[in-house]
Amino acid sequence: MSDADELRALMDSEGAAVGENTRGFNRGRYESVSRLRDYESLKTEARAIKEDAIERLPELVEQVRDTVEANGGTVYVAEDAADANEYIQSVVEDRDAERVVKSKSMTSEEIEVNEALAASGTDVVETDLGEWVLQVADESPSHIVAPAIHKSRETIADLFNEEFDPDEPLETAEELTAFARNQLGELIEDAEIGMTGANFITADTGTIALVTSEGNARKTVAATNTQIAVAGVEKIVPSVEDLHPFVELIGRSGTGQDITSYVSLLTPPVETPMVDFTDDETPLSERDSREREFHLVLIDNGRMAMREDDDLRETLYCIRCSACSNSCANFQEVGGHAFGGETYSGGIATGWEAGIEGLDTAAEFNDLCTGCSRCVDACPVKIDIPWINTVVRDRINQDAPPSEFEFLVDGLTPDEEAGAPPLQKRFFGNFETIAEMGTALAPLSNWLANTSISRAVMERVLGVDTRRDLPRFERETLVTWFADRDVTVENPRRRVVLYPDLYTNHVQVERGKAAVRALEALGVDVVVPNTPSSGRAPLSQGMVATARDHAQSVSDALDEYVKNGRDIVVIEPSDQAMFQREYGRLLAETEYERLADNSYEVMEYVYGLLENGAPEAPLSCTDGERVAYHSHCQQRTLGLEEYTVAVLETCGFDVVTSDVECCGMAGSFGYKSQYYEVSMAVGNELRDQFTSADTAERTVVASGTSCLDQLDDLLERPTRHPVQLIS
Amino acid sequence: MPVAPVESLVSSLDSLDVPCERTTRDGFVETIRSHITEPAVGVSLGDFGVSLEGTGVDVDPTPAALKAAHTGVTPVEFAIADYGSVVVPSTPDGCELVSLFVDRHVAVLDGSDVLPTVDAAFDRFGQAFRGRGRSGIIATGPSATADMGELVRGAHGPSDVHVVVLEETDE
Repeated sequence: MSDADELRALMDSEGAAVGENTRGFNRGRYESVSRLRDYESLKTEARAIKEDAIERLPELVEQVRDTVEANGGTVYVAEDAADANEYIQSVVEDRDAERVVKSKSMTSEEIEVNEALAASGTDVVETDLGEWVLQVADESPSHIVAPAIHKSRETIADLFNEEFDPDEPLETAEELTAFARNQLGELIEDAEIGMTGANFITADTGTIALVTSEGNARKTVAATNTQIAVAGVEKIVPSVEDLHPFVELIGRSGTGQDITSYVSLLTPPVETPMVDFTDDETPLSERDSREREFHLVLIDNGRMAMREDDDLRETLYCIRCSACSNSCANFQEVGGHAFGGETYSGGIATGWEAGIEGLDTAAEFNDLCTGCSRCVDACPVKIDIPWINTVVRDRINQDAPPSEFEFLVDGLTPDEEAGAPPLQKRFFGNFETIAEMGTALAPLSNWLANTSISRAVMERVLGVDTRRDLPRFERETLVTWFADRDVTVENPRRRVVLYPDLYTNHVQVERGKAAVRALEALGVDVVVPNTPSSGRAPLSQGMVATARDHAQSVSDALDEYVKNGRDIVVIEPSDQAMFQREYGRLLAETEYERLADNSYEVMEYVYGLLENGAPEAPLSCTDGERVAYHSHCQQRTLGLEEYTVAVLETCGFDVVTSDVECCGMAGSFGYKSQYYEVSMAVGNELRDQFTSADTAERTVVASGTSCLDQLDDLLERPTRHPVQLIS
Repeated sequence: MPVAPVESLVSSLDSLDVPCERTTRDGFVETIRSHITEPAVGVSLGDFGVSLEGTGVDVDPTPAALKAAHTGVTPVEFAIADYGSVVVPSTPDGCELVSLFVDRHVAVLDGSDVLPTVDAAFDRFGQAFRGRGRSGIIATGPSATADMGELVRGAHGPSDVHVVVLEETDE
């Protein structure tokens, strides 16, 4: 696992370039997909094609074998990397080749074919400019689409000037590109073998689809006599027509290009004549193409086992577009050298690395996924990437050896885990118990917890960073406060159960009171019963069994209220996201649907009341008070941000919103010593947005507990939940 | 009224900064001359009923002539209006090579071969590819890279693309 020093070093050396480039791609994605009329239906179609293809994979592999062989090529299905490399080496030997030129292929990185070929004396040249930069620099890719994204123009210029000592020092991007093109051009033209990857392979025709922009993949095939395509078995789709949604989605989702310069649809061996560029006698049409060879090397390397794994299977739908990297606030700060494994990087890498390399590799970076879920909407095949990260985290927890300090947290951690998750995870995962004790002992507990001795022990044993303020537990919970009131709403418009989430109940009690007042002002009958916590805390630590236990208790507790005709209103967005998303994985379908269908985020609910005729007059309205609103990552994924904005505007507020993907706190993430600085780096983006000329004087509101904590650390202004403005 | 595919293609190419000129078979030679920079090479346009004779284009060049060329003129199979894409076939007479190993690719298109959408394009690819093994490149604008720290037009492939659309003369 990366520690704070390693992460800091990477942020210092690579963070600026990674941040600028990934944020550019991410902005491009939003713009590009907004131009698609049928974005959602294309994603649905792409997802369905992948589900079907993976379901029928063994049959499609055989079909590809038939079609490619009928076209005159060969297919080799390699069990693992060594098997694949041995086959590729045999092709190189048969063709008596001295040089292999390659276009970009992550799968070839996965099997480390360059090293295998170099060991047997073959010259291997990467022709993708980014990959070539890395080959010259002897570095590894930090991004699955733009491998040298961590290198700025200046560092590339320094590298080339030092390595090649050109007559005139290179400086501009144009000069660097022209230099690389010339260097590589000669190498491509007299190479015997061209190795490509494959973005997609069609079973019905044996066509290889390559999505590129530079033209090197085209040259790699056209200028050589033998094409070797290396691809994971999961790249097969049934038919040529199935390529359509992917071609429209892949560039937009990744780098924000509507379409890349070239989508090569090659049904090899291709009919393009073979060329010797020194030949000044034979016209192209008289040159032969019959000697062309084609070898498709399909790689298993753990994929067929992933196909059998109910939680990892979705990983195989991945089209390697990089949307989950670019939309990830943590990735934007640290890049793929921290947020990645042996080959793959970004959110989906946890699935790939767990399936291909194993849990140890996934464990090195898996905790950088905070489950913020911003990648979920960005993924063109709708993979639930946070869930894959959670499940793999759970498996890593089960494997972990118990800590010597286990006895210290035993009483605090009544979880349902069979294994022994690391102490830090058990501590944060059992926050409910800690909150209950904290409230019972407040204010003594707050005072005790904040003594320097306590904080030092917490940092050493639990990794709770001393630079963070701990939550201050209120003496009186929301539930107790509510029980002592005697308010009756006559002829109520609706009847609700307000879910007392852990944070609202014990820490942010004022926002709970504000919610009760706002709802009652709009004619709603409210109850706030004692209810178990949602399980968000254990789930975020990968403690799935504990989270499932919580989900069941919540469902049991709320069930009677729903049956009695009450709507569920939720203040904490991360809990509303549990009800709407993760409970689908934790509860029986009918229980999940009952909760999901009947629960609403509080401002969404207020919006619904106003839309259905409730007058806003009883709410606290203003004449243009200026507000800066930061929605919550999971709330935005659910599409709920707009309701808060609409309600505030109805009540007369002038609202601007942040557009960062996440505040950086993300539950426990920002409290953990090893991630504190990453969390603050992510937060800096938000600070910049809320301290600009237009926003610096605005009242700051945010929906999530974590976001409020983070904003308190980032800004010198007080922060509140939006419902506190209108009640 | 729906926009004719060729109008939509012209507008897509314009937003890609790809020069596009519509011409007739009679005006073809004069048009093509204004789009090439010598040395220029090309692939026969016989299937379109036009010739590159008298244009200064070396038709069916040797590999050495191709390597030395600035401009490459090829027919393209069809265009996709929505995206401003042209489809370069991989033919035995070297369309792929002539469109790729040059600084400027001049794509010659029959105006009746413009499909409105990518969806329609893949229906056509499906039928064609299942007929007999065929290949094609959906090419959209010039080659490009962002790998050197900024977006650069012109990486390994052409830095410049022109499209010439052949249309019937009005009767």
